[in-house]
Amino acid sequence: MDIKHVKDYIYWLYYQYLLITCSYVLEPWERSMFHTITVTVFAMVVYTAYVFVPIHIRLAFEFFSQLFEGQPESTVS
Amino acid sequence: VEPISLFSRLYKRPFNEAFEETPMLVAVLTYVGYGVLTLFGYLRDFMRQWKIEKCQNATEREEQKDFVPLYQDFENFYTRNLYMRIRDSWNRPICSVPGAKVDMMERVSHDYNWTFTYTGRVIKDIINMGSYNYLGFAQKAGTCQEAAAKVLSQYGAGVCSTRQEMGNLDKHEELEKLVARFLGVESAMAYGMGFATNSMNIPALVGKGCLILSDELNHASLVLGARLSGATIRIFKHNNMQSLEKLLKDAIVHGQPRTRRPWKKILILVEGIYSMEGSIVRLPEVIALKKKYKSYLYLDEAHSIGALGPSGRGVVDYFGLNPEDVDIMMGTFTKSFGAAGGYIGGKKELIDYLRTYSHSAVYATSMSPPVVEQIITSVKCIMGEDGTTVGKARVQQLAENTRYFRRRLKEMGFIIYGNEDSPVVPLMLYMPAKIGAFGREMLKRNIGVVVVGFPATPIIESRARFCLSAAHTKEMLDRVSVSSGLSFAHAFYKQIQQLFFCRLVQCLVHKLLNLMFKVL
Repeated sequence: MDIKHVKDYIYWLYYQYLLITCSYVLEPWERSMFHTITVTVFAMVVYTAYVFVPIHIRLAFEFFSQLFEGQPESTVS
Repeated sequence: VEPISLFSRLYKRPFNEAFEETPMLVAVLTYVGYGVLTLFGYLRDFMRQWKIEKCQNATEREEQKDFVPLYQDFENFYTRNLYMRIRDSWNRPICSVPGAKVDMMERVSHDYNWTFTYTGRVIKDIINMGSYNYLGFAQKAGTCQEAAAKVLSQYGAGVCSTRQEMGNLDKHEELEKLVARFLGVESAMAYGMGFATNSMNIPALVGKGCLILSDELNHASLVLGARLSGATIRIFKHNNMQSLEKLLKDAIVHGQPRTRRPWKKILILVEGIYSMEGSIVRLPEVIALKKKYKSYLYLDEAHSIGALGPSGRGVVDYFGLNPEDVDIMMGTFTKSFGAAGGYIGGKKELIDYLRTYSHSAVYATSMSPPVVEQIITSVKCIMGEDGTTVGKARVQQLAENTRYFRRRLKEMGFIIYGNEDSPVVPLMLYMPAKIGAFGREMLKRNIGVVVVGFPATPIIESRARFCLSAAHTKEMLDRVSVSSGLSFAHAFYKQIQQLFFCRLVQCLVHKLLNLMFKVL
C-alpha cells in the first residue's frame, strides 16, 4: 500500500511537471525532444554546482575575511 | 470584500466581490509555459515552411506568396500552434436537450486535432455545467414544452416576414405586454436574436455627437453596437465607479473634443452579470451617478434576468431599486427562459421610437411562434401566474446552488472570481496546458465544462466557467466539485508555495470516503 502511495506521488509529480511546462499538449516526438533538452540542461546545472560552488564559496570567504583583517594594517600605514 | 465606500448606504445587502490577484509563482510559470509553446510553435512553422512537415492550416496560394501576408500575426500563430493542440475541448457536438444532463457524440482525432471522426458512440448523461440554463427551463417535457407544441401546430414554425411588414403576430403583442409587466416598465419590444438586439438598437439610440461610456469588459454585441453608432466611445475600468465618475466629470466640463460643445447625449453601457468574470454591476452607484450627471443608462441583463433577485426579475430586483431609474433595460431570452431572442424595455415613447427606427425591427425576421410561447409560459411560471410555486422554487434553488457551489470550491482552495451571488462561476486555471487537461479530465469523469482561454480572456488568466442551474441537484454539484479537485489536484494555489501534498491527499481521500459512505 505504501509503495502504491509513493508511485502515485511520483506519477503526480510527473503530471505536474508536464502541465506546468506545457509538454502535456506536445506531440510525442516533441515531448521526447523537450525532455532530452531539459534533462541535459538540468544535469549540466547540477554538475556545475557540484564542482564549482564549494570553491567559489571558499574564495569569497577568503576575500571578505582578508578585506576585513587587512583594514587596520592599511589605516596604520 | 470591498472597503466601505462613500456610497455604501445605497446598498441594502453586503456586496462581496473578489478578484484575487494571480500568485507571482503561478504567473511566472504560466509565462514559462507559453514560452515553451512559442518555441515549439516557431519550430513547427519552420518545418511547415521548409516542407519537412505537411501544412494542414490555411495558407496563401502559390500565386499570392508575394502579397501582404495574411497569416503572420500573433492571433494566427496562436491559433495554429496552441489552439489546435487543445481544440477537442470546444465545439463538442451534443445530441439531446441541454438540461442538467446532456448526451454528447463521441469523437476522436488521429492527427492531433486537425480533423475529427465520430466513433458513432453517444456518451450519455454528462452533467452539464456549460449551458446557460439558469432556471432549468431547457426541458423536453413539461408545461412550457406542451404549450409550445400546441402553438407550433397552430401557427407553424416560420413567420416569413419582418415585424414591420406581415410578421407582427398577436403572440408577439402578448409577449411584449407580459415582458413589460414582468420587468415593471411601461412597454417592451422583443427581437429574434439577443446579439442583434444590442448591435442593431444602440445605433438607433445614439449617433455622432453623442458619448458612450462603456465598461472595460462589455460583451462583443455592445461593443459592436457602440462602434456602429458612430458615437465617441470612452472606456471606464471594470465596475469602477471612481473611473466612471471621472469620465462623466470630464465629459460635462470639456464637452466634445474640438468644438467644446456639450455632448448631445451621454449613454452608460453596463451589463447585469459579466459572464467571463462572474461580477455583478454596482447598480445603485451607477444610478446615483447617472442622476447626478444627467446621463442615460443602458443595462444589458443577458445573464442576470431570471437568475438574480428574490423574485427572479434581474439585477434591479436584486438591489431593490426602481426599474424606472434605468432608461433602457435590455435582456435576452436565451439564458434563463430556455428560448432565443432579446428584448428592450423602457418608456412608451422610447419603445414606439424603436419600433420604427431599429434596424432589427425593420429588417430582421420576427420571432418564431413556438419560441414566443415558450417564453410566455416560462415568464408566467417565474411570476407565479400559472398557479404553481414552481417558478419561485426554481429561483430559490438557483440561489442555494450558487452559494453552496461557490463555498465548496473556495473550501477546496480554488481561486474563484466574481460576486458571491452570481450563478456564473469562473475557476482560474492560468496555465495553457491546464485548459486542455481540465476539459479532458472532466469529460472522462462525465462532466461537461466550458474552458476559456485567450483571446476571450487576458492571456495568463484562462479559466473554466461553470454555469449553475436550478436543475442541478446537490449531489450533482458535489460530484462536480470533487471531480474538479481530482482532475486538478494541483489547483491548490494557496498551498502551492508549501507543497503539502500529503495533506491534500488526505483531504481528497476523506471527501471520497464520505461520498462513498453516503452512496452505500
